[in-house]
Amino acid sequence: MMLLFYTAAAVAILATLMVITRTNVVHALLYFIVSLIAVAVVFYTLGATFAAALEVIVYAGAIMVLFLFVMMMLNLGQSTQEQEKVWLKPRLWLGPCLLSLPLLVELVWMIRQAPDANAAHSIIEARDIGAALFGPYVLAVELASLLLLAGLVAANHLARREDRS
Amino acid sequence: MFDIEVGSALVMGLILGGVILISAWLIWLERRLLGVWQDRLGPNRVGPLGLGQVIADMFKIFTKEDWVPPFADKLVFMVAPPIIMICILLSFAVIPIAPNVGIIDLNIGLLWILAMASLAAYSVMLGGLASNNKYALLGSLRAAAQMVSYEVFMGISLLGVVMLSGTFNLREIVESQRDGWYILPQFFAFIVFAIASVAESHRLPFDLPEAEQEIVAGFHTEYSGMKFGMFFVGEYIGVLLASALMTVLFFGGWLPPFGIGPEDSIVAGIFWMLLKTMVFVCFFVLMRAAIPRPRYDQLMSYGWLVLLPLSLINLLITGAVILFQGA
Repeated sequence: MMLLFYTAAAVAILATLMVITRTNVVHALLYFIVSLIAVAVVFYTLGATFAAALEVIVYAGAIMVLFLFVMMMLNLGQSTQEQEKVWLKPRLWLGPCLLSLPLLVELVWMIRQAPDANAAHSIIEARDIGAALFGPYVLAVELASLLLLAGLVAANHLARREDRS
Repeated sequence: MFDIEVGSALVMGLILGGVILISAWLIWLERRLLGVWQDRLGPNRVGPLGLGQVIADMFKIFTKEDWVPPFADKLVFMVAPPIIMICILLSFAVIPIAPNVGIIDLNIGLLWILAMASLAAYSVMLGGLASNNKYALLGSLRAAAQMVSYEVFMGISLLGVVMLSGTFNLREIVESQRDGWYILPQFFAFIVFAIASVAESHRLPFDLPEAEQEIVAGFHTEYSGMKFGMFFVGEYIGVLLASALMTVLFFGGWLPPFGIGPEDSIVAGIFWMLLKTMVFVCFFVLMRAAIPRPRYDQLMSYGWLVLLPLSLINLLITGAVILFQGA
């Protein structure tokens, strides 16, 4: 399980790096899907099987499909790839990298400081998640559903066509 | 090593080989059945009953030139066809065939199948997008919208079964049907699931992504040789998977109907499972023979305006009944 975890984590990090550095948008998206599946494997090795399944169904299976759908609609070709190449000059990487380096160091330091989380030893069943969602976290769930409803109404309003009759 | 239990090497090999072999011969079965229903003969020349037709076709497809169009996105073009084969074959890992026969008893079995089905959708989309051809792009646009929409109702329709059995594990779902198959309490869920799985495997009448009268061959316009073969066989494995799922979820899996014969025998279990699955496969073929293809907007509005409310109402009533019985 330990080996599986670290392999999947390494794949996730490498794939995410590839997402950022690709200039071809479809290739970047493919790497993104690989990264999400790798994160799902990480969840699985930590015992969160339900979260792993949802990661693949919702993120890799639905949201990324919508990304792809928009890409098809826009039909980006060679020109955007050239544009991306111009935007992604190596010199431009320098500033953000220097700034995020301290953040990385801080993160690693905090993880080293934290007590051993020991997460890998209990399997979280779907019914535990259901009980948590509709028990202590019911307010958050309801708020999220309200937010989604608002988004739905707004999308409907934007997409509605006025009748000319 | 050669014992019959879940996940033993023998069982795994037999299931993998069986699935691929049966799906290949489904092509023959479909063409013969279409012949019967359309009052013609179908392929009957090669071997007894034309059974050798599949082998002949396979030789042809393997010896064809494997061509990648120069204007295509080569990497994505080559990656796309295996995705559908791999994802759908992986789905068979959680299907319980008979007592002690299966590859793995996953506690998230049903979610695993939904996850693999949603990943398989990429095959069609990426194939069309990478072809760099306007008809292929139109086909994969249609595929993307159709599959994302019908996945929603497919998932919701299955939740009724999950509520009744209290588990995502497919083997436990079959076991919980000993007192009665879920086709009776979950009849509407079955209808929604059957329609959605036709749309998910993009077969006629919902084959709009490849509607050959309108957009040449849709997403696989540029594909030939074995790459096309993978899309083609992938579709038939998808049909087999959908039929097996209907059997497991709604028709008691390997359990015999009306208590005929032994309940927990492996041989009888495999027999019933195969028989029930094949009935649904024939139903898929009958749909193709009988129903014309709808327009694209009809497909979409039918999904969102009829199937979505139906599956939600089914879920609500199932929940209410369970709550009432539990109280």
